[in-house]
Amino acid sequence: MNTPTSTTTASGDRWTPSEIQLQRLAYRRSRNRRSTLIAGSSTVVLVLVVGWAIVHTQGWPRFRASFLDVKYGREVFVGILKGLWLNVRLMVVCEVIILILAMLLALARSLRGPVFFPIRAAATIYTDVFRGLPLLLVLYLLGFGVPALRISWLPSNSLVWGAVGLILTYTAYNAEVMRAGIESVHPSQRAAARSLGLSHGKTMRHVVVPQAFRRVMPPLLNDLVSLQKDTALIAALGTPYYDAVLQAQIEAQTTYNYTPYVIAGLLFLALTIPMTRFTDWIARKQGWTTAGATV
Amino acid sequence: MFKRRPLAIVFALAAVIALTASACGSSSTTAAASSTSPSSAAPVASTGSSAAVSSSAPASGAATSATSSASGSAPASTDLTGCTPDALKTKTGGKLTVATDNPAYEPWFSGNTPANGKGFESAVAYAVATKLGYAKADVIWTKESFNAAVSPAPKDFDFDINEFTITADRAKAVDFSTGYYDVTQAVVTTKGSAIASAKSIADLKGAKLGAQIGTTSLTALNTLIAPSTKATIFQTNDTAVAQLKNGQVDGIVVDTPTAFYMASAQLDNGVIVGQLPAGSGTPDQFGLLLDKGSSLTSCASKAVDALRADSTLAKLQTTWLANAGAPVLK
Repeated sequence: MNTPTSTTTASGDRWTPSEIQLQRLAYRRSRNRRSTLIAGSSTVVLVLVVGWAIVHTQGWPRFRASFLDVKYGREVFVGILKGLWLNVRLMVVCEVIILILAMLLALARSLRGPVFFPIRAAATIYTDVFRGLPLLLVLYLLGFGVPALRISWLPSNSLVWGAVGLILTYTAYNAEVMRAGIESVHPSQRAAARSLGLSHGKTMRHVVVPQAFRRVMPPLLNDLVSLQKDTALIAALGTPYYDAVLQAQIEAQTTYNYTPYVIAGLLFLALTIPMTRFTDWIARKQGWTTAGATV
Repeated sequence: MFKRRPLAIVFALAAVIALTASACGSSSTTAAASSTSPSSAAPVASTGSSAAVSSSAPASGAATSATSSASGSAPASTDLTGCTPDALKTKTGGKLTVATDNPAYEPWFSGNTPANGKGFESAVAYAVATKLGYAKADVIWTKESFNAAVSPAPKDFDFDINEFTITADRAKAVDFSTGYYDVTQAVVTTKGSAIASAKSIADLKGAKLGAQIGTTSLTALNTLIAPSTKATIFQTNDTAVAQLKNGQVDGIVVDTPTAFYMASAQLDNGVIVGQLPAGSGTPDQFGLLLDKGSSLTSCASKAVDALRADSTLAKLQTTWLANAGAPVLK
């Protein structure tokens, strides 16, 4: 990319690479072509060999009939896609709330001074408890426990309590991620900000959190992808709202054909892979990748 | 030379994989080719067609129920000649030893006393005994746990009646008579719920109903009731009970035996709204359980068939199930 084929120097006179440099460049290009060719062909060979080996296993016809039934897959595709829409909506709503709560929690944990001990302690206990509890358990406790209290003004909808369970658990994870980000910002940044006369709040807002947030983008995305998949766990509570996995399960359990699961899996991938690439692209474009992140 | 090594490694690796795969592949293809038995032919036949795959399950289910009922009802005759107390080799000559679990639950038995002739299964047992020519006093009741009864162990009874669903797997270890009861689906709710006083299927249409995933109950809910709000789907019946207790659903659909158990044991104030009419699929059946290869099996089946033919079974069902709190909804 930054090979000097023909550039203009500061003084304006034209610089042409020497004969030996041109040879060098040509050699490099040929080596590049060669390695691309080798990589391409070895990949193709490997894919062909593995594919051939799978297709020729004894159970392949049975496997194809029950996992890769294209005709049946087409039948159930729309239903599962509609289910995926529920997963997406749940993910977006939950993630927004999770990010806000997690940031507040991380800030609470990084408060200094003995006065704030109760807040720090509460935040620590919250994180410990909800990070330690299995998500399914939290869902059961909320989804069956809270409606059992029979408090009339609280909703008894399993979707609401499932979402609350997801939010509580993932807030704990994300708060830890954000705290790690906040603590990774060098103390000199904080010191510099305070010496400029910024208060603790302003230091956090203008100096520490922006840097921290950029650094924790990849792990936050990690948790977002994980959250997206875990939205399917709400079905464990019993629900009239069919998400992609439940829809696939309904189909698979009535026909004993597992193609719907494969379809649901592919749809989830079709959602998460572009999302990951998009975030990477944004991060690169914004120059968020710091020296520490690229090494 | 060093630079070329990766290429050599890649090709060597590919060659090794190809050789291994071809070795495995060829052996497996020969295996598949040599065993042209029905088992290997079946998946090939159904390749790529969902209709074939989906229809295979009900087909096999029908096949098993056909084989289980073939033992006695093939001629569908109610000819009970040769099925007399004198001819039958029972455990105690001239007496009929009938087993059930202890405790025996309502509505299948009454007051944990099988010998009182009350409750559906007690009544069926006495009806079978009468068909075979035994007096009521000749029926001896004994106790056998459910799991022991379905095991291949030798039996101390002539037949056992304890809500045994006839399955192909169980039939490998024990004998079954023909089915004396077709399992129906029922709607369970709690006292004071919106549908507690529902009298017809139309009354249930607007209710929030649920059932366990992958069950005939869910199919019955969606086809027979077809509620206006989507069915709530549960992974287990326990979560269904939990939501019913919390009032998150108005009612749940389960098979009638489970409905009786839920209403009496699992729920504090459970009510069976009613049974749903028989659906289109082949229902599970309860059968009398006998020792594997028992000489009484064909006679027991004939007796059950005779009771079905003269609609005694239907009458007993009305008396002991429908009138015991599970009316049939229309």
